[in-house]
Amino acid sequence: MTHGETVIAETKHKVPHHFDSAEQAFESSKLGLWLFLVTEILLFGGLFVAYVIFRGLYPDLFHTASQHLNKILGSINTVVLICSSLSMALAVDRVRQNDPNKAHQYMLVTLFFAACFMIIKYVEYTHKFHEGLLPGGNFTNAALAGDPKAPLFFSLYFMMTGLHGIHVLVGMGLITWVLIRSNRGEFSSSYYTPVELVGLYWHLVDLIWIYLFPLLYLIG
Amino acid sequence: MSGHAEVGNYLTHPKGLRSWLTTVDHKRIGLMYMATSMTFFFVGGIFALLIRLELMTPGLTLMSADTYNKFFTYHGAIMIFMFIIPIIPAALGNFFLPIMIGAKDVAFPRLNLASYYIFIAGAALSVWALMAHGADTGWTFYTPYSIRSNTSVVLITLGVFVMGFSSILTGLNFIVTVHKLRCPGMTFHRMPLFVWAIYATAIIQVLATPVIGITTLLLIMERLLKIGIFDPALGGDAVLFQHFFWFYSHPAVYIMILPGMGIISEVIPVFARKHIFGYKAIAYSSLAIAGISFLVWGHHMFVSGQSDLANMLFSVLTMFVAIPTAIKVFNWTATLYKGSISLKTPMLYALSFLFMFTIGGLTGLFLAALSVDVHLHDTYFVVAHFHYVMMGGTVMGLLAGLHYWWPKMFGKMVHEWSAKISWGLIFIGFNMTFFTQFFLGYLGMPRRYYDYPPEYAGLNMISTIGSWFLLAGFALMAFYFIRSLFLPGKAPANPWGGKTLEWQIASPPTEHNFPEIPTVTGKPYDYGVVKL
Ligand code: HEM
Ligand SMILES: [Cu+2]
Repeated sequence: MTHGETVIAETKHKVPHHFDSAEQAFESSKLGLWLFLVTEILLFGGLFVAYVIFRGLYPDLFHTASQHLNKILGSINTVVLICSSLSMALAVDRVRQNDPNKAHQYMLVTLFFAACFMIIKYVEYTHKFHEGLLPGGNFTNAALAGDPKAPLFFSLYFMMTGLHGIHVLVGMGLITWVLIRSNRGEFSSSYYTPVELVGLYWHLVDLIWIYLFPLLYLIG
Repeated sequence: MSGHAEVGNYLTHPKGLRSWLTTVDHKRIGLMYMATSMTFFFVGGIFALLIRLELMTPGLTLMSADTYNKFFTYHGAIMIFMFIIPIIPAALGNFFLPIMIGAKDVAFPRLNLASYYIFIAGAALSVWALMAHGADTGWTFYTPYSIRSNTSVVLITLGVFVMGFSSILTGLNFIVTVHKLRCPGMTFHRMPLFVWAIYATAIIQVLATPVIGITTLLLIMERLLKIGIFDPALGGDAVLFQHFFWFYSHPAVYIMILPGMGIISEVIPVFARKHIFGYKAIAYSSLAIAGISFLVWGHHMFVSGQSDLANMLFSVLTMFVAIPTAIKVFNWTATLYKGSISLKTPMLYALSFLFMFTIGGLTGLFLAALSVDVHLHDTYFVVAHFHYVMMGGTVMGLLAGLHYWWPKMFGKMVHEWSAKISWGLIFIGFNMTFFTQFFLGYLGMPRRYYDYPPEYAGLNMISTIGSWFLLAGFALMAFYFIRSLFLPGKAPANPWGGKTLEWQIASPPTEHNFPEIPTVTGKPYDYGVVKL
């Protein structure tokens, strides 16, 4: 590990030996993350395709079943996530401007919004469980019992929001991780790749919700 | 940089098991993948021999129908997910892609190691499934049977999910490496064709694998939570599963073959001592194949109740794949024309590839023709087709590459005549085993049954005897490969007179590949001046 190691001023960060410059390393990481985001979209893509197919097959059913979702909580959650995206973007900006204290505050705010989202989701889920609005074979809700296909809607609802929820949790873990590293003074305007990447990931998680919300809650 | 005159090679430097298990060196990770996948090739091969033994004579020969169902599932799942998908990109690609573009490593070395361990975790889950209640669904896991089967479908598909994640990370790593780590002068049009092939493969890995991810996840939920999306009894659609599955698995067959084609593009010019004919055509046909491969999945479902229109579209699109494929075959053949051909073992395998892959590709066209497929679907004809492309193609490419690069990887030459004999056994054995199956399929013998009417007995016997030739050939190969490691003597840096960068450095390479980052000034296959 002796070849061409460049140490960046201000932080203890070393450019990995197989890169020529810090810029090349940053560009590579960014390209890598964009590719990863593409795979995330494709992962959800499968669920979106299933949604489109079944909604096309049973439009009326999707309409009635969707009435059983709580539009108010869904809307609040949408606003909460948009705010969290904003605060994450500000956090990245502050790191880039060598303002770690502000950056930490913004990251904490982001975590707070993310936690709110999960709590509201928890409330919604318990309510659904309570009413027997469960996926597929576990469905016991009496009001929708007349429609044998009704459980399908809730299968998709739980798969889509559940997978999204897992992504929110992962995102919270990642934000905590960069927060800790930032606290140790590892980032500055010359090296902040992890913060930037976690920010991008977080925006994608928000973006997916922006699509899930109207598709599931606002079928009119 | 110049201070490191004599650095140890990557195999012995640093030393110790720990240094291997925690290595971030792409060459060591490549070898670890190779050892792992070759082990699975061995295990999958044992199941293949057992399947052939059962089919040697009609009726019960060796095992019950239930055991047979499990064994062909194990064989298929192991060979596809644990051997043929990772073996060339993750093993040989990992080793040679960075060297061939003049880089010290892949873009993300730690991610590379992580993807190896993720692969191990996925493989462990699948092996666990086999030891728990097994699986009897076939490697395709078709619903609704896979929802009802009382075997360990959840575990094995979870394993596939995890291994898919590993495959994505490898592909992602390679794409970034090719874009960002090429050495000075290494333009895209100077990259060796193996790099182009791995690059095209990586694109498919990144774009197709997430879909098998969500498919397996849905199947797992189907079993755990009865979500019913693929279950007609709960309002779902079983054919939707087939669409999802093949949306990945057809592109995946190009994850399997493109790297093999890449190796052939390296070996043929070196052993014909000629510049490759149609460099750009071969390079871009890899990308064309990658693109078209996403549009043809429906050819697996001609008799699954697709609409006639969909069938016709998929049939035509499938035939389109043959165009870039044929472009490659013609260019390789044209490279041979008036070359000074040297029939060393790598070249024997490359020529076998040309011969057998062409049979596999052409019979693919038979299957792509709608009316013919109605007769041939789910018969041994399909089995023969995909073995001609996967074993006659990919495995021949792999073996060409292994013999070609063995001196570079280990600094040892193998015994040429043992290798030639082993090649002969494999060539004869393969064609005996699988050419017969074209006839069996054409005569109507369905696949995936442990029994058959006595009319098919003769051809099945020949096929089973062929599998023993394969066994003998591979056993000999394992022997001479392993023995070569203990032989005295050292392979020269460039035993075949190759022009690409990996031949310009020591055998085996040093830890960081190049003493000094090279600058490239010409094309990768400039022959005509070199003398052996
Ligand atoms: C010229 C190129 C090719 C064409 C036109 C083609 C066409 C087809 C068609 C139409 C089928 C479906 C047959 C049926 O189930 O009735 C098929 C099956 C299959 N092909 Fe190919 N193919 C081509 C190349 C390949 C390659 C390169 C591979 C792998 C390396 C491959 C692997 C397979 C496999 C594994 C199956 C069977 C899957 C199963 O049902 O288990 N094919 N092919
Ligand atoms: Cu296919």
